[in-house]
Amino acid sequence: MMELIIQRRIKQVLKGDQNAFGEIVEIYKDKVYQICFRMLWDRHEAEDAAQEAFIKAFVNIHTYDPEKKFATWLYRIATNLCIDRIRKKKPDYHLDAEISGTEGLNMYSQIASAEELPEEAVENSELQEIIQSAIFKLPEKYRSVIILKYLEELQLQEIADILELPLGTVKTRVHRGREALRKYLRNM
Amino acid sequence: MMASCQKEIVRLMHNYLDGELISGEQRKLKVHLQKCENCRQHFFELKKTIALVQSMSQVRAPEGFTEKVLFSLPKEARMSSIQRWIRKHPFFMAASLFIVLTTGGFLSSWQQETDHFAFTKHENLHVENDTVVVPAGERVKGDIVVRNGDIRIEGEVEGDVTVINGEKYMASAGNVTGDIEEIDEAFGWLWYKLKKTVAGVFD
Ligand SMILES: [Zn+2]
Repeated sequence: MMELIIQRRIKQVLKGDQNAFGEIVEIYKDKVYQICFRMLWDRHEAEDAAQEAFIKAFVNIHTYDPEKKFATWLYRIATNLCIDRIRKKKPDYHLDAEISGTEGLNMYSQIASAEELPEEAVENSELQEIIQSAIFKLPEKYRSVIILKYLEELQLQEIADILELPLGTVKTRVHRGREALRKYLRNM
Repeated sequence: MMASCQKEIVRLMHNYLDGELISGEQRKLKVHLQKCENCRQHFFELKKTIALVQSMSQVRAPEGFTEKVLFSLPKEARMSSIQRWIRKHPFFMAASLFIVLTTGGFLSSWQQETDHFAFTKHENLHVENDTVVVPAGERVKGDIVVRNGDIRIEGEVEGDVTVINGEKYMASAGNVTGDIEEIDEAFGWLWYKLKKTVAGVFD
């Protein structure tokens, strides 16, 4: 039913109706913003990325294949934009590498924790902040699958479609992501 | 923990968490967890981790998000889609060129006119939110144009009804003596303007 409404709105958008696109944004804005916020852990950057995702979807709407689920296509745009942003921020050296003597921490988490905490984190409970920071410590390839699986509650096959990866790769990433999170959160 | 079993058992744990264990494997995992304290602890930590991640509150898009997106949509996208359409319909290329040359600035008038709810004023029309209502038992004399809103016709209209970017609802008793037309967005609007202009030229 939902998909039917979306398909009708897309047809209207293709004919140039911007109001119909507004309805699509209304339906998906929270989901897309959530992906961006959990990936980037910065309110302003997340809003920027989510806005960019919708604008990109609008501009490229003629490349969307109506045989496929619209959400999959839209989430792909959003995740790719976030991954691009994360990569642009990263220096060249390997951030996933463990630094000797700092068990459980990697360079990226040290850089991240050195940054000023976003407002959102201050408002949230301490526990939420700890969990979010654990997610944020994950390399983006694990972070994205964990967010899609446990916060967007998507099936592994759908995640594979979004990230355009083989199902087996997604499974491996979910396993590794969970193991890494377990190490960060085991003592909670 | 038995070092040799560890890797295989952890794999089973994860497959279990993804709901992908076949019954033989499920039994194997269960039996192992009963006798191995370390793996039991590992499994417990994994389940706790998932519960913690799922306990995160859902975040919502900030206020005014949709308006900001719509405001940022590139104007070129609108224009280039019009150009694409014109390329497919060569007749309109000539016709629209003709109009640009004669009336000038019609696109800018379209842009100005697209944003707001507007309709042709008649004294017996009612308005509910963005819906124009021809009340039951009333008779409107003349054409009605509704832009960016809907029209509900319960009474009678002696003339044409045109709805731009909206929908018309006809009550069973409703009646329109002229043409009823629903026009969607830019192309339709262009076509409508074109017809009016051409009609104006030939009248
Ligand atoms: Zn064991």
